[in-house]
Amino acid sequence: MNIIFILIVSLFFTGLVNRTKSIFSGRKGPGILQPIKDIVRLLKKGSVYSSASSFIFQIAPAVYFSTVFIAALFIPFGENPGLISFQFDFVLFAYLLALGKFFNVISALDTGSSFEGMGASREVLYSMLAEPAFFITIGSLGLLSGYSSFSRIFSSIHYSASGSPVIAYSLGILASIVFLFLGLIENSRVPVDDPKTHLELTMIHEVMILDNSGFDLGLILYTGILKFALYGALIANLFFLNTAYIIINVLIFFSFQILFALTVGLVESLMARFRMNQNPQVILMLSSVSLLIFLGVMIITGKI
Amino acid sequence: MMMRKYITIQNNETIDFRTIPSLEYKEFLETNILFLKDVNNHCVNYFGFPYAGKLKLVCCIANDSKARIKLTCADINIGTNDVYPSLSAHNLALNIFERELSENFGIKYSDHPWLKPVRYPVDRFDKSSQISNYPFYQIESEELHEVGVGPIHAGIIEPGHFRFICKGEQILHLEIQLGYQHRGIEKLFLEKNKLLQRVILAESIAGDTTVGHASAFANIWESLCGFEPDEELRFVRTIALELERIAIHTGDLSAICGDVAYQLGSSVFSRLRTPVINFFQAWCGNRLAKGLIRPIVNNYIFTSELRKLLLKILDEYEPDFNEMIKKLFHNPGCLVRFEKTGVVSYGQALKIGAVGMTAKASGLNRDIRLSHPSDLYKNFVHQPVIKHHGDVFSRTQIRREEILQSIAYIRSILEKIPPHQNRKEISPKPRENAFTISLVEGWRGEICHCAVTNELGELINYKVKDPSFHNWLALALAVRRNGISDFPICNKSFNLSYCGFDL
Repeated sequence: MNIIFILIVSLFFTGLVNRTKSIFSGRKGPGILQPIKDIVRLLKKGSVYSSASSFIFQIAPAVYFSTVFIAALFIPFGENPGLISFQFDFVLFAYLLALGKFFNVISALDTGSSFEGMGASREVLYSMLAEPAFFITIGSLGLLSGYSSFSRIFSSIHYSASGSPVIAYSLGILASIVFLFLGLIENSRVPVDDPKTHLELTMIHEVMILDNSGFDLGLILYTGILKFALYGALIANLFFLNTAYIIINVLIFFSFQILFALTVGLVESLMARFRMNQNPQVILMLSSVSLLIFLGVMIITGKI
Repeated sequence: MMMRKYITIQNNETIDFRTIPSLEYKEFLETNILFLKDVNNHCVNYFGFPYAGKLKLVCCIANDSKARIKLTCADINIGTNDVYPSLSAHNLALNIFERELSENFGIKYSDHPWLKPVRYPVDRFDKSSQISNYPFYQIESEELHEVGVGPIHAGIIEPGHFRFICKGEQILHLEIQLGYQHRGIEKLFLEKNKLLQRVILAESIAGDTTVGHASAFANIWESLCGFEPDEELRFVRTIALELERIAIHTGDLSAICGDVAYQLGSSVFSRLRTPVINFFQAWCGNRLAKGLIRPIVNNYIFTSELRKLLLKILDEYEPDFNEMIKKLFHNPGCLVRFEKTGVVSYGQALKIGAVGMTAKASGLNRDIRLSHPSDLYKNFVHQPVIKHHGDVFSRTQIRREEILQSIAYIRSILEKIPPHQNRKEISPKPRENAFTISLVEGWRGEICHCAVTNELGELINYKVKDPSFHNWLALALAVRRNGISDFPICNKSFNLSYCGFDL
């Protein structure tokens, strides 16, 4: 069920981000469905391949899309587990995303362009630095709940009687900061990267997909939105209420996704991007926030 | 009495070309090097052209404290195997001029540091040297990598090739190759003999400095014809120059914000630029002020309605601009990107002969409006905006302060609109054997045009120098030891002209 919601969110997510940015710069902006219309247009086109690139370059977009899509299947919805759910499933979740990224990176290297190589090296560095933050956060939540799969972790935070909800929700806020930034980093948005720039030298993600066109490009762009919706779903999961009416949680889900999109739009409107060599520090900061969560969990569980 | 080695003139003054004493090359070199020892002097133009079977070298050195320009000449033989000592070995600022001379006429220098071709014109001396076979500077190392950008710009503005040598993300060296837009402007000036054709040529030297180059041409032509521009012509040129400065500086601020992904600044500044250029549209029918500046005549009367409109535009512009610039300069995310990025030190700026905004950001006071004023600049004491850090932030600050200064200038000039003079029937001819130099401070910096006529009063040489001619080297120096991802913001903070360089 959750996957359907994520797919619905992915239809309007980037549109909402763009609309927020437009309003903040005093413009009317394109329609909310414009990004998805662009992607549909791209999907109808064929792809052009450089003679210098190998089959890696051709399969990479499909691998990228499918890994993120499968990862989306892991995400639970309140008490209902995701389509795939087992113990320590979040490890596979993280590495599915990493696998998609890995294919993206080697396909960028495959083109042999010096720009794409540069973008690939940046992307790899940042996702490497971002990884501890994800694991410490999820691990701490796991420690708090005593479970080790997404659905169990999330449901026990809200539905078990143990622990006070205040602490659980305040940890949830910290965790959502981590997920928000992870979402920004994973999708290469401001302040880490600028999706609007046309200058190859400053790009991270965009420069890696310079050579992709048509169907492949559409697939990559759609995967980007899907990733956003995925992180939004994780955040929403932190805040579900223990209620018998599922409709309330559906509302919470969508309002958190919309809030997430608005936040991304706000960040992009009001912040400048960081200098490239400061990005690692910013990303490492996320790990320290997640350590804070870890500490909070330790205190709650009485381990320290 | 000793023979005079040089002749001194003022900005926009016409003299008999034959009165400039012709020196032996060695004496020419020594005299000019001696002049340039004084920091108040800088070379505004140094060029050569075939004259009476020989190559005539003309060096124009401006004294910024006395508003005088010293001219020296030398005749050398072309097509021989003579090797000359270079001026660049003594003063690096002249290197670009000597590179140009060597490319066009095949002059051989014994001690020039780097005879890299400037722009590969079709009529260059050595036809075998092509952009495609130019050996770029290379370093052999396992740890370094080379990144080539262009000649097609990612934002499709203008073509230029940038070759970086990087260590990881850090730039160690940048080599810039231009010339992809060479149109032979200087040659076209001689071939097109209608005045209208020439002034249109001047307007299209660099599209963003239409007023600057057209004013330089208009001033030179009027001086050649012995015509003293009246109050109205000066008024029009001064207003147009300052408006162009406001418009382009505002656009640059927008682009600088865009390069650090500061969306608010980017969109607000680009909105602010529009009414300013739209004023040109209302005045002369072209947003880039093409057609506005003409020698001797003014076709677009500055009416009191236009005055009212301009004042209204400025009144609306100023508060919005101040608010946005305050936001920008209080945004830590932006400041951290601007400060200490792309530094050009005072020493470097002086050494390479930087001009205009690039020089002023590094504490080097080079502003023609102060040092060699023409038009209405003689009437007010211009205080150039000088900054000292030479970084992106300094260049951004200069833009802010120059915009506010220009608005104040325009307001004071607008107090009195000179009467319109209908002078369509007059079309005087240029003097014979004349030499004129015209210096104009465009928004980017010092624009220098030089013209020489023959015994029939026809142009035999027209030399154009855009400020970018010197300043590209400043960019190459500024980006060293910066992250490669900071290159776009450095480049934008200089905003140099490709076509103004390529001619």
